[in-house]
Amino acid sequence: MPVLEVKNLSKNFGGLKAVNNFQLTMEEGEIVGLIGPNGAGKTTVFNLITGIYFPSAGTINFLGEQINGLPPFRICQKGIARTFQNIRLFKENTVLDNVRTVFHPRIKYGLLDALFRTPRFNAEEERVNREAMEFLAALNLADRSAHKASGLPYGDQRRLEIARSLACRPKLLILDEPAAGMNPNEVSRMVDLVRMIKEKFQLTILLIEHQMGMVMNLCERLVVMDFGQIIASGTPDEIRNNQMVLEAYLGKGATVA
Amino acid sequence: MKISRQTIMLLILAAAFFALVKGLQFAGVLNAYWQLVLDQALVTVIGALGLSLIYGFTGQFSLGHAAFYGLGAYTAGAIDIVYGNGNIIFFFVSILAGAALAGLVALLIGLPILRLRSDYLGIATLGFGIIVKVGMDNANKLIPVLGGATGMSGTPQTAHFDLIFILVLIIILLVRNFVFSTYGRACTSIREDEIAADIMGIDTTRFKVLAFVLGCSLAGLAGGIYAHRYPFLHPASFDFLKSFDFLLIVVLGGLGSMTGTIVTAIGWGFLMEVLRAVLGENFIDWRGVIYALILIVAIILRPQGLFSGKELGLLLPRPLQTGQGKERSHAGTGS
Repeated sequence: MPVLEVKNLSKNFGGLKAVNNFQLTMEEGEIVGLIGPNGAGKTTVFNLITGIYFPSAGTINFLGEQINGLPPFRICQKGIARTFQNIRLFKENTVLDNVRTVFHPRIKYGLLDALFRTPRFNAEEERVNREAMEFLAALNLADRSAHKASGLPYGDQRRLEIARSLACRPKLLILDEPAAGMNPNEVSRMVDLVRMIKEKFQLTILLIEHQMGMVMNLCERLVVMDFGQIIASGTPDEIRNNQMVLEAYLGKGATVA
Repeated sequence: MKISRQTIMLLILAAAFFALVKGLQFAGVLNAYWQLVLDQALVTVIGALGLSLIYGFTGQFSLGHAAFYGLGAYTAGAIDIVYGNGNIIFFFVSILAGAALAGLVALLIGLPILRLRSDYLGIATLGFGIIVKVGMDNANKLIPVLGGATGMSGTPQTAHFDLIFILVLIIILLVRNFVFSTYGRACTSIREDEIAADIMGIDTTRFKVLAFVLGCSLAGLAGGIYAHRYPFLHPASFDFLKSFDFLLIVVLGGLGSMTGTIVTAIGWGFLMEVLRAVLGENFIDWRGVIYALILIVAIILRPQGLFSGKELGLLLPRPLQTGQGKERSHAGTGS
């Protein structure tokens, strides 16, 4: 059974077809890259899958279950977590609290336990603290746990967003430009990081990225979008030599240098 | 049950404060008038902590907090006038009924409004505040005991400093326990970034409604206690200016700081009375101007509020042992 199955997905904003007839099937353990020029509709696809937008047409199935129409928090609880193109942390909260917050749906104490600090509350909070610290340690952020999220350097904020989404215990992780604004050195570390978390947490990963070094290195399969439509898909090598893709990025008449 | 060192320290501090007040009473420094000011300031602490939950911790802007305060006051007062006879049991029954009614009304308002992702709550609660005020002015036409525009009197004055103080202490502990739990974390995540919270698995509508209902119940509870400590309830005590009082206290104290809310609520009560003493009869006329001036000066000098999201150590949970030394969580918005 595919992890993610998107069929005939479309989204119109007024007369604009932001996404038109988008198809995607992902098997367990795959890393798929979604690329395309700015404004091609990549982030809109992510917003449709995670429930921020409601599709105009089409279906999204996750592990055999239709998820389009569910609110975002339900989709997350089913096992899809994401990061954002422009980082969206809980800025004023501590690094540790950013991660602990997302444990909420799996917390096993009630409001009364919290108000009266019952033994069940204490035991569960201890577990949450321990596991949250493990996620931070995996992303090399353990020594920053007491800092405010907004005070972290840019690269750490990117990693914290990943730590936070991992703490949702997703099966499918969606990364929206995880290497945006990074230098080649940092990009190659991000490639290693994504590989590491994929193995460690047994993830299927869908990512948008403009850094070609990253997608070509990391992804087994690429899907290229332009003007809301898929114009090509295949292995990185196939995409590299695809005439349609070159035209979309560089204009008509472009050839491989 | 394990009681943390922080809680014990907090209780010791509370006992010291209690002893100080008792000492002042004994020495005759604290006369009946200033005792009333102190008691009302403590009542305000409960109501302001309610708004702190709604606005300071969950980020939902409410302009009608005094309406819920008034609902609680009138409900508790009327129940005790009709059924009570100065018995302490009726004090508790009536203030809980006031809190429950305020919470129920908040639920009915919150469910439709809090689905929206904007400042609509501010507009809706502003309108609700006006409705409640008009309702109080005319309440005697339906229920004579409520007194209408001439005010309501006759509620047994069962509340006194000792009782109010213990209630305030309990409420502070409960609010602290709420804020430093998964519920509090869910609320602050909504304040920080509602879309991100939603995407990360938090049912944002549910927690906005929860914070709003709990916060308004606290306002109702405070109102009920107020009715038992001040013999005359008048609709003008629960109008927009009173809502503004609560809002000022929460903002001046620093959003996301219980310490700030508590200290400012008490300080505010005394400041107003000092101003009343200084300005005399003119105070009521100048009150609106004074409010605005204090707000402007405070925002210029200290935009993040007095405590800027920080807490007194006593109000924080036990520090975590993380291997990198001790650390503390905080739920505020300060830097």
